Amino acid sequence: MNFYQSFKLAIQSIMKSKVRAFLTMLGIIIGVGAVTVIVGLGNGMKNYITKSFESMGTNLITVDIQGRGTSRTISVDDMYALVEQNPDLLSYVSPTAGVSGTVKIGNKNIKTTRVSGVSEDYMKISSSELTDGRFIQYVDVLRRQQVCVVGSYIAKTYYSGNAVGKTLKINGTAFTVVGVLKEEAKSEKLSSDDVIFIPYTNASKMSWTGTISSFVFSGASPENINKAVITIKEALYKVYGSYDYFSVVSMSEMLDSFMTEINVMVIVLGAIAAISLLVGGIGIMNIMLVSVTERTREIGIRKSLGAKQKDILGQFVIEAATTSALGGIMGILFGFLLCSIGTNIISSLAQETITVVPSFGAVLGAFSVSVGIGIIFGFLPAKKAAKLNPIDALRYD
Amino acid sequence: MTPLIEFKDVYKIYKMGDSNIVRAVDGISMQIEQGEFVAIVGQSGSGKSTCMNIIGCLDVPTQGQYLLAGKDVGMLNDNQLADIRNKMLGFIFQQYNLLPKLTVLENVEVPMLYRGVPKDERFERAKKALERVGLSDKLNHTPSQLSGGQQQRVSIARALAGSPSVILADEPTGALDSRTGRDVLHLLQELHGEGNTIILITHDNSIANTAPRIIRLADGKVVYDGPSGGKGAVVQAEEGEAAVL
Repeated sequence: MNFYQSFKLAIQSIMKSKVRAFLTMLGIIIGVGAVTVIVGLGNGMKNYITKSFESMGTNLITVDIQGRGTSRTISVDDMYALVEQNPDLLSYVSPTAGVSGTVKIGNKNIKTTRVSGVSEDYMKISSSELTDGRFIQYVDVLRRQQVCVVGSYIAKTYYSGNAVGKTLKINGTAFTVVGVLKEEAKSEKLSSDDVIFIPYTNASKMSWTGTISSFVFSGASPENINKAVITIKEALYKVYGSYDYFSVVSMSEMLDSFMTEINVMVIVLGAIAAISLLVGGIGIMNIMLVSVTERTREIGIRKSLGAKQKDILGQFVIEAATTSALGGIMGILFGFLLCSIGTNIISSLAQETITVVPSFGAVLGAFSVSVGIGIIFGFLPAKKAAKLNPIDALRYD
Repeated sequence: MTPLIEFKDVYKIYKMGDSNIVRAVDGISMQIEQGEFVAIVGQSGSGKSTCMNIIGCLDVPTQGQYLLAGKDVGMLNDNQLADIRNKMLGFIFQQYNLLPKLTVLENVEVPMLYRGVPKDERFERAKKALERVGLSDKLNHTPSQLSGGQQQRVSIARALAGSPSVILADEPTGALDSRTGRDVLHLLQELHGEGNTIILITHDNSIANTAPRIIRLADGKVVYDGPSGGKGAVVQAEEGEAAVL
């Protein structure tokens, strides 16, 4: 009796009682479906986050200085010096000074737009491109020229794409638009296209303290990012005498920590979903035990005709494994369905599109686990069947 | 020449509870030669079923030796017994014991399936066996589509297809009306004529008389072993039973 024949028998037996087989599989279907969609959701979030980090540039290092009063400060020039001293580690630096307040274009007040003061190198750091005009230049920074570069959302929404040369007011100060950035995120509100850049010297003047406390560096190469982070930290330590007054984080570190968080979430949710697989396995075991009792006579006949214990064992284990493997396949299909439904729901609820994609590995894993569950939970009933005494089994009604 | 089947003082003793001991087979010795047609006959409780289980390698004796083709079966484990059932024995049961989900042809193929006979050969042999019992037009029917007599002939074909050393028929006519019963017995006689060794287990004297040799059991003991021809066997048998009682 080979595998193919046992498999054929298993299919015959499952087809004989379809409703029962389906109900038996249900636990596996739900479990595999849930695991598939959870892993898919995790993948979708990872892809989304990776993509948004890539659009910012993964070799960025952000520096935030909480400071230690006014006695010890680091100047913008010190940061520039750091780049010059370490050309193999760092390429560019730009202060990033956030401006809080209101933007007024014509007679409309806009509150969502992010206004940042940056240097002329910022465009290279963020690897953005212009569609119109120019970026902020050194001379603008030096002379605190009241010029600004706007994101594509501002240009499209408020200037119908024709922004260069127009003026807007930030906290009452008038700025002339000199450039428009290329679209990065579908020109949506609150996205990375809903931005205004001004020279950082203007920004620091507009803020309360007048000092610059945030910087963004671009690393010379992705491999040396960690070394660059250490170099910056050491330089700042010399000034502040402690690591507590500033933070230096590379984008790749941030990306890693996001990824770790998502992985933890997927594992926790996946483990909860996997409980259903366990329950499904117990369901299979239960039905197989019933089936062994029902088919005692068949087992007796087969044994009298020369079936060995391993033949009967194989027959029932393969039947259990086939049942749960079929459940696994249905569960995967169910999971794919849930994934596409999930993608639609997320797209309709949020502005962002997160595509829920089940990974090949997860699908393969879910299928193997379901087959494994069939084998494990089918073994006990199959063992019971194999051990039946042929004389008793033949007399069983 | 070694007999095909030899019982050497075989006992089968069941313990029912602490003190109640049932001697289902109580010291039987007998020999059955290759090519014989023997009826083992006895009332219910005479031990004939236990005897048939032992001959059929479904059970092993508590004491004594059962030699099948010179080989001591009592020493064998479950799998070895299964192997012997598969290769040397063909069963015909009172309730036919066909597998209801399989077709007639597949049913006949089952023993060869466990023996690992290749597909084509399996099919040929099953077809030939079904032709032999006159069911070549019913290959793809399921057992439930056949009459009782036809089902019993399928089970004979199943026993035959494996070309066993012994065909064991346990009350083969018990579930049939007398006419189809006679047909089945006639078929067994024909098979015997073709050189098969057949052991027929029954409680019915008239059926037992189909076989040239009768072994009569009562209370686990052999009370008559001899030819069936004429009155003597029955009379002696009755005397034997009376003596034991």
